[in-house]
Amino acid sequence: MEIIVRFLDKNGLIVAFLCVGIITYASAVLSDRLTNRKIPGSAIAILMGLVLAYIGGRVTGGEKGIADIKALSGFGIMGGSMFRDFSIVSTAMGASFVVMRKTGWVGALSLFLGIVLSFIGGVLVALLWGYTDAISLTTIGAGACTYIVGPVTGAAIGASSDVMALSIAAGVVKAVFVTIATPFLARFIGLDNPHTAMIFGGLMGTTSGVSAGLAATDPKLVPYGALTATFYTGLGCLSCPSVLYLLMRMLFGNG
Amino acid sequence: MIIYGVAILAFCYITGQLAGEFLGKALGIDANVGGVGFAMLLLILINDWFAKKGGPDKLTENGIQFWSQMYIPIVVAMSAVQNVKVAVSSGLIAILAGILPVLLCLTMIPVLAKLTKKAPQHGDYSPVS
Repeated sequence: MEIIVRFLDKNGLIVAFLCVGIITYASAVLSDRLTNRKIPGSAIAILMGLVLAYIGGRVTGGEKGIADIKALSGFGIMGGSMFRDFSIVSTAMGASFVVMRKTGWVGALSLFLGIVLSFIGGVLVALLWGYTDAISLTTIGAGACTYIVGPVTGAAIGASSDVMALSIAAGVVKAVFVTIATPFLARFIGLDNPHTAMIFGGLMGTTSGVSAGLAATDPKLVPYGALTATFYTGLGCLSCPSVLYLLMRMLFGNG
Repeated sequence: MIIYGVAILAFCYITGQLAGEFLGKALGIDANVGGVGFAMLLLILINDWFAKKGGPDKLTENGIQFWSQMYIPIVVAMSAVQNVKVAVSSGLIAILAGILPVLLCLTMIPVLAKLTKKAPQHGDYSPVS
C-alpha cells in the first residue's frame, strides 16, 4: 500500500491526467443518460471536481481540496495557476480581436462597476453582522471581490486574522457560487455571446469562477470572459486598500 | 513542429505574465495586473501576423490547440483543489458576503449589454472545442 501511494505521489501529474479523464468520461455518460444532454458534461465534471474538493477537505482537514490526499497530490499541479493560465492564454487562438476591441471600453467599465458593487455588497453583509470599524468592513468588502484581494487588502490596512479568514472564505464562496450558478443563469442574463461574456468577466472578476462557469456554459466564451477577469484582482488590490478604504474611513471613522 | 506551437504559447505566456508583474510593481501592489490578458492579446497578434504570411503550419497550430482543448480538464482539476470545505462550513456571513455581490453584479449585466447593443453580437471567432 505504501509503495503504491508513494508511486502515485511521485507521478502525481500523470495520475491527475488519468483521474480527470475518468471524471470527464463519467460526466459525459451521466449527461447523456440522466439529463439527455440538458446539463453539459463539462458542468457535471466541474461539479464533481467541487465535490471531490469537499471530500478531500473533510478527510484531511487541509486547504487544497483533493490534492491534500497524498496519492492525488497531482491535482494540485494540474489545477494550479500555472497550467490554468497557460491553457486560458491558448484559448485566445479562437478569439476575435475585433470583438475584443469593440467591447474594450464596456469591459473596462464593467471592471470598475464589478469591484465597487462587490465591495458594497460585502460591506453591507458585514454591517448586518455588526461590524462597524472601517478596517473590518473594508477587508470583508475586499474579500467579496476575490479571495486574493481580501487578504492583500487586510494585510495592507492591518485587519485582524479572523476578519482576514472571513474575507478569504467570502471570496472562495464567490468563486464556487459563480462556477455553479453561471450555466443556470446564463439564459436569463443573455450570456450567449462574446460581448456579454466580456462584461460578465469584468463584473464577476474571480478568474477561477469565471473560467469554470463559462466553460460549463459555452467553451467558446471562455477567452472573452477571461480577458477582462484577469485585470480584476489587480485592480481590486489597487483600489480596495486605497480609495475604497479612505471612503470607508470617511463614512465610519477609525472606531 | 508541435514544439514550435507550444514554444510560441510559452513565449506569449511568459512575456504577458512578466508585463503583468511589472505593471503591478509599477502601481505599487503585490499582484499581477492583467498578465493573462496581455499574453492573450500577444497570442492574437502573433496569430494574425502568421495568418497574413500564409498561416502557421498545421503541426505548429496543433501545439497551441492542444492546450486550448486541455482547458476544461484543467478547470475540472482546478475545481477539485478549491477550498470547498471552508466555503461550505464558514458560516452564513461568508456565504452571504460571497453570494450577494454576485447577485448585485448579475443585475448589471443586461444594463451594460444594452448600453452597447450597437456592437455586433458575434465576431468571426472559431470554436475552440
